Amino acid sequence: MIAVKATLVRDLTLLLRRRGEVLNPLVFFALVITLFPIAISPDPELLAVIAPGLLWVAALLAALLSLDSLFRSDYDDGSLEQLLLAPQPLAALSLAKVAVHWLLTGLPLALMAPVLGIMLALPAGSYAILALSLALGTASLSLIGAIGAALTVGLARGGVLLSLLVLPLYIPVLIFGAGAVQAAILGDGVAAHLAILGALLAASLMLAPWAIAASLRISING
Amino acid sequence: MWAFIHKLGSPKWFYTISAKLQPWFWAAAVLLLVVGSLWGLAFAPADYQQGNSFRIIYVHVPAAFLAQSIFISMAVSGLVFMVWKIKVADMAAAVMAPLGAAMTFVALFSGAVWGVPTWGTWWMWDARLTSMLILLFLYLGVIALRGAFTSRDSASRAASVLAMVGVINIPIIKYSVDWWYTLHQPASFTLTSRPAMPTEMWLPLVIMVLGFYSFFIALTLMRTRSEILRREANKRWVQDLVKGQVEETR
Repeated sequence: MIAVKATLVRDLTLLLRRRGEVLNPLVFFALVITLFPIAISPDPELLAVIAPGLLWVAALLAALLSLDSLFRSDYDDGSLEQLLLAPQPLAALSLAKVAVHWLLTGLPLALMAPVLGIMLALPAGSYAILALSLALGTASLSLIGAIGAALTVGLARGGVLLSLLVLPLYIPVLIFGAGAVQAAILGDGVAAHLAILGALLAASLMLAPWAIAASLRISING
Repeated sequence: MWAFIHKLGSPKWFYTISAKLQPWFWAAAVLLLVVGSLWGLAFAPADYQQGNSFRIIYVHVPAAFLAQSIFISMAVSGLVFMVWKIKVADMAAAVMAPLGAAMTFVALFSGAVWGVPTWGTWWMWDARLTSMLILLFLYLGVIALRGAFTSRDSASRAASVLAMVGVINIPIIKYSVDWWYTLHQPASFTLTSRPAMPTEMWLPLVIMVLGFYSFFIALTLMRTRSEILRREANKRWVQDLVKGQVEETR
């Protein structure tokens, strides 16, 4: 437990000192959202229809973009090997790393999404659900994505490969996340969507740490 | 029991036993595929709604079956490799991945061709089509990951982990895509509400499915054998084998 807390504090400190890395996904998110009205149409009525999907896809891509750096610097400076050698279970330690990743990417993305929602003329009443579904969903995205990041951390050019591995696995989260926002706009119940997002999170919380730990061992020993 | 499993794990033993099994599966595959396609393409009655275009089913359905079963057998082989370190299992998984991707592509392509006369379009965001497309991406991911490592052992283990992660996700993806499809109001025609098939249409389909499976097993055996020879090229028994064959041809 102490080791988990130490990993949490260490990663938080490290990331907060490299603000650029925290800010980049957020800037990317805002930029991608800016591209859509330019490419499609500035018409608010049209934008309102596609806004939930756009916001979710853009947030998902922003989260994906930040994954590569999840284990990269630790791999380069060798502290990942120390983590593997530590007597504490690797699954718990990697869970701490993923938690920090979510705190500094998923959560800010979720908080920022309503602002971009206003710009896309997202209908009122769905803003809270948008933030909530993104907060829940990005946690699963961080967990699933960390498996891919762990598998590709040892590779010189793992970036594109990482997205190929991870994007198909993101689809269920995307369906229910964007679905929740759609349902909120239509006035349907959002509880079912959010419950399934929660269930996906619970399942990935349970299974992903083991897969991340196994993948890290493969990447380090190979 | 344990001795048997250990023997199964030895590439040399697998090489010997698969040589005996292989011809049977090839014979079954050729027989079933010839009978099935002749029956299905030439003798089965035409569908009263779709005419002759329904005959694509005799390629489409077996390919779709195989596409899914190959992923599962690949993940099971990966699990066997990770747990018991049986090298043959990984070799089989390695040769299965391109086969599975090819079958997924055949299923998607034949579905697209079938879509033109029945739906009037090459592509529909139908639940099954979409989950098949995602399956193709999963296959491509496994193949790409295996190719990206320079060390063979890491590549094998990474591909096994990814195949297992994928196999856990396949049902989740499948059900969420179904849910997504029911939310997006679908078009009025579906594949599922086709009238029940008469026996003379249905029996060749079963034969074709069995034929595709035998073909898959035969091809996997053959390709695993060459993979064994490639990976064990510096082992004594492989060198003896090659030497023996060279002398035979002299």
